[in-house]
Amino acid sequence: MATQAAFMPGSKVETETFWGTVWSWLTTVDHKRIGILYGTSAFIFFLVGGIEALIMRLQLARPDNTLVGPERFNELFTMHGTTMIFLAVMPLSAAFFNYMIPLMIGARDVAFPRLNALSYWIFLSGALFLNSSWLFGLAPDGGWFGYANLTSVQFSPRHTIDFWMLGLQILGVSSMLAGFNFLVTIINMRAPGMTLMRMPVFIWMSFVTQFLLVLAFPAITVALILLMFDRFFGTLFYAPAAGGDPLLWQHLFWIFGHPEVYILILPAMGIVSEVLPTFSRKPLFGAPVVIYSGIMIGFFGFGVWSHHMFSVGMGPVADAAFSISTMLIAVPTGVKILNWIGTLWGGTIRFRTPLYFSLGFIAMFTMGGLSGVMHASPPVDLQQTDTYFVVAHFHYVLFGGSIFGLFSGIYYWWPKITGKLLDERLGLWHFWSMMLGFNMTFFPQHYLGLIGMPRRIYTYAPDLGWNFWNLISTIGAFLIAVSLLFFIANVIKTRRSGAVAGNDPWDARTLEWSIPSPPPVYNFARLPQVQDRDDFWLQKYGDGHGGAPRPKGGPVTAAEIAAIHMPPTSYWPLLLALALGVMVSGLMISMVQVAIGGVLTLVLMYKFAMELHRPPTGHGH
Amino acid sequence: MADHAAAHAVHDPNIGNTGLDNRKVGMWAFLGSDCMFFGSLIGTYLAYKGKSISGPLPHEVFDIPLTSYSAALLLASSLTMVLALAALQQNRVKTAARWLFVTAMLGLHFVLNQVYEFTTFVLHHGLTLSTSLFGSSFFVLTGFHGAHVTGGVIWLLMLVTLAMRGKLDARDYTKVEIAGLYWHFVDIVWIAIFTVIYLIP
Amino acid sequence: MIQPPATAPHPRKRFDWTLACLLGAVLVLACSCSAVGWNWDTPMSTVIPKSDFGKMTHGIFMLISWWTLGIFIAVEAMLVFVCWRFRDRAGAAIPKQVHGHTALEVGWTIAFAVILLVFAIPTIRVIFKTQEAPAATALRVEVVGKQWWWEFRYPQFKITTANELHLPVGQTATFQLNAPDVIHSFWMPQLGGKRDVVPHRMNQLTLTPDTPGDYPGQCAEYCGMSHANMRFRVIVHPPAEFEKWVKSQQAPPVESADALAQQGKTIFTQSACVGCHTITGISAGHIGPDLTHFASRARFAGSLMESTPDNLVKWIENPDHMKPGALMPNLGMTGEQSKALAAFLLSLK
Repeated sequence: MATQAAFMPGSKVETETFWGTVWSWLTTVDHKRIGILYGTSAFIFFLVGGIEALIMRLQLARPDNTLVGPERFNELFTMHGTTMIFLAVMPLSAAFFNYMIPLMIGARDVAFPRLNALSYWIFLSGALFLNSSWLFGLAPDGGWFGYANLTSVQFSPRHTIDFWMLGLQILGVSSMLAGFNFLVTIINMRAPGMTLMRMPVFIWMSFVTQFLLVLAFPAITVALILLMFDRFFGTLFYAPAAGGDPLLWQHLFWIFGHPEVYILILPAMGIVSEVLPTFSRKPLFGAPVVIYSGIMIGFFGFGVWSHHMFSVGMGPVADAAFSISTMLIAVPTGVKILNWIGTLWGGTIRFRTPLYFSLGFIAMFTMGGLSGVMHASPPVDLQQTDTYFVVAHFHYVLFGGSIFGLFSGIYYWWPKITGKLLDERLGLWHFWSMMLGFNMTFFPQHYLGLIGMPRRIYTYAPDLGWNFWNLISTIGAFLIAVSLLFFIANVIKTRRSGAVAGNDPWDARTLEWSIPSPPPVYNFARLPQVQDRDDFWLQKYGDGHGGAPRPKGGPVTAAEIAAIHMPPTSYWPLLLALALGVMVSGLMISMVQVAIGGVLTLVLMYKFAMELHRPPTGHGH
Repeated sequence: MADHAAAHAVHDPNIGNTGLDNRKVGMWAFLGSDCMFFGSLIGTYLAYKGKSISGPLPHEVFDIPLTSYSAALLLASSLTMVLALAALQQNRVKTAARWLFVTAMLGLHFVLNQVYEFTTFVLHHGLTLSTSLFGSSFFVLTGFHGAHVTGGVIWLLMLVTLAMRGKLDARDYTKVEIAGLYWHFVDIVWIAIFTVIYLIP
Repeated sequence: MIQPPATAPHPRKRFDWTLACLLGAVLVLACSCSAVGWNWDTPMSTVIPKSDFGKMTHGIFMLISWWTLGIFIAVEAMLVFVCWRFRDRAGAAIPKQVHGHTALEVGWTIAFAVILLVFAIPTIRVIFKTQEAPAATALRVEVVGKQWWWEFRYPQFKITTANELHLPVGQTATFQLNAPDVIHSFWMPQLGGKRDVVPHRMNQLTLTPDTPGDYPGQCAEYCGMSHANMRFRVIVHPPAEFEKWVKSQQAPPVESADALAQQGKTIFTQSACVGCHTITGISAGHIGPDLTHFASRARFAGSLMESTPDNLVKWIENPDHMKPGALMPNLGMTGEQSKALAAFLLSLK
């Protein structure tokens, strides 16, 4: 069997020249390479969003500070939120979807490899478009939630809102295309024997996430279309003077926005559900319950959106109904936490960095979940909404939850992706400094919120008792920045001198660990026959109830590998994403550009579609 | 020929382990998503129904006979789409191409009717995007449906062109079937829109 | 393809003393910070309510807080215990492969549901209680949120004031909230409860303050550039004092004999000021705050600055500098003119 020597996995053709390498990445349709592209871009945007946060924290370090003015501050919090949600956490999850879903379900690629590349390039063009606003001094300043009617031409006449609205629209297209792709991949590409209930829990959580993506994004797409027509073509959707209701935006936005919260957290929950069993060397406790809980969370996620709107005056009946649905959603969430602890119970727990991050996830997410229960009660929420208490709450969910979970995944799967183990010592330094920095930043914000500090203020008076803990919070934010330096140092050190991982460095349980690290371009030389959720563990150890380990198949022959047909590279996804960018950005420049971009997009869609229409058959079929 | 298609399917990379075609599952996923899209737009229309503070009012501008005729066109096009598929399944490519063309033309007729309708609204009734909430929500909802139909027409015409160039036959049944799924969906959405906007007073 | 199971890729680690010491030091620091830093009785505290509304919501807050604190401690303690108890020891065998426990799952699902019921019942009671229609005797105040200041109107007294809300203690007040521009949110933390101020929508908030005092309030919904500067004050008076305040506000503005103030009045009446501001008997503009009793208010411009001659001069000469994005234009007043205007305004007791 051919071993993959190159650091970069999936390089089918060993490219020699620099430009050859670049070209091979630009045209790749390999899910593993696209996963790496997603991960790398997302991490860079994570740093960008982090720097935005640091500037905000510096401004708020003391009262009446004048480091940045209100204009810049408003841009910073808008872009921080937008970046972290759409350009960091979502694509970081997408990186894991891309890289891990085919490996964990025993497939050779996703259902639509070229569509996958297209999703990435559209994501990148949207992200760059959104951030290019900084260069023009037109960074969005309407908040990541962009409440109407502040976003109308009357109150935001400059192009700031346009950058935000069009950028999100592009990113939405990318997310939905990826959603369709992974839905089909999970439904249709599972290895023989992998029934739905034998899917690893990460796959299940990803599956639910894809449903949320394709069903929730249309709501924000419509909200943004209405905004676009208001701003560009004079419609009146959010114009109170014509009878329009600014709350229409809030409803559409949160019908998307609350499922979005689960889009951000469910992948991390999936990662934790893989890491805990591996390092406690036990199956996930109550796996079916964890799966059903995930489904319930996804389902209820569509019925709780108005809990973001308790203060708008919906009336007592609506308040009560959404309060109850929100409390209901806490049940499956709590059940999951106890199941994770149940997984650890009775295990032989090996403390490695991925596990630390997963434990951190449980510890911190519990906190965020519990403060969330407070907001489920409208009377309590009326005091807490739009204060720093809420800021603390969702950072415990999205940082303490999502980011810790995603880092757990990074440490866990890094050896699979690169073939080298990240350094344990630096990993622990990273974990503990991040844990401390995180709590130092966000725990005091609970207190600040309870003593009345509102969100989204660029300055505050010195006599309100907020000074000391704001300073501590700022110091904590810098500690988080330091923790990321440990991570970056770890990556550099590992690339230079990391320990070789081998196929299965953690003695893990799922299929991706049965193949070489990094995996060959075709992933599986022979598609596995799956018999259990922890199939690879059973292959190694038997089922623990008397079943013996499974005999291994004979060595893979060169002929078998030669018979594997992988899709060829394609440059149409990249070109199509560019054309789409030309069309959408034209809306701010001229209709001529929109027309040119539109025609280009159509032509390229045709080319894209025709590329695989009757391809020359290389393998005699 | 059917045997050939079946034998081909065994090696088809598009067929997953469930025996379903990836592209078909993908199209269903897209249509599910599109339901939410039109659901949100129809919801917006309903939320603003009767909230306009200036005229003209819906019943003053609607030409129900014309729109009913348009609806009939779309319904008929669903039938011709089915006929095209049936012909293609039997590998009668020319007949299939003819029915696809008829389907596209029915769709085109629908779109032209809509263009005529919009023009009348603007020129004779003074109803534009920025006249009232009714104008805004009506044009955006029906306009996006019209854009869906237009996209479908272009898709169908591409298939016709392929067929005429001899590049479409029974092996491509799934491709045409998917176009058909999309086409029927757009048709069904129109029934919903027609009912909500034009028929319910 | 399948490699043999990894044998022992887990060497026992050495304890990282440097990291442990650093962690310990930071922990000690955090504890000492905490020991000095938690003062709940601050001007905008939400946890020391001064109204019936605030007390009702605070009751639920405390109920949920104690329960969630208990759950939090239980979960975290369990996590720590499990990690300690089941840590890998040298030579440990593969643990028993337990897949779950149905009775446990059912048990804790029901337990969670019951706890949430404990929260839900008082929650729903308070939702309906706090949103009851106000009694006819309630003091009606129209609250208008504008970019970026607050207008308060008392229709029954025919008083209009800005950025300073006066209420009598013990009397139910009902606020009718409206915004002519964008969404704001009306919030008096010590009195309890935000309510958004939404264009073309009449929202309402009813409460009864029970303790006299001077409480800061602030806009809580992002409303554009100077959102952070959209503050106000609530002054809760004993009833007699409130009546005195109403009388003084109903009186016509005081004419000052001071020459500088008289000069300021002339400038005011002859400049664009009159287009936006009302001073009873002098002008009737409605875009900016009513200035009839400007000098009776301790602060101005979204309650941002103290009403001193210095601040007023700075404000008049460059409003945008004092409150970024302020909609009041810079009228190009020179030093003498703005001093005179300031004197005039400060004479309007």
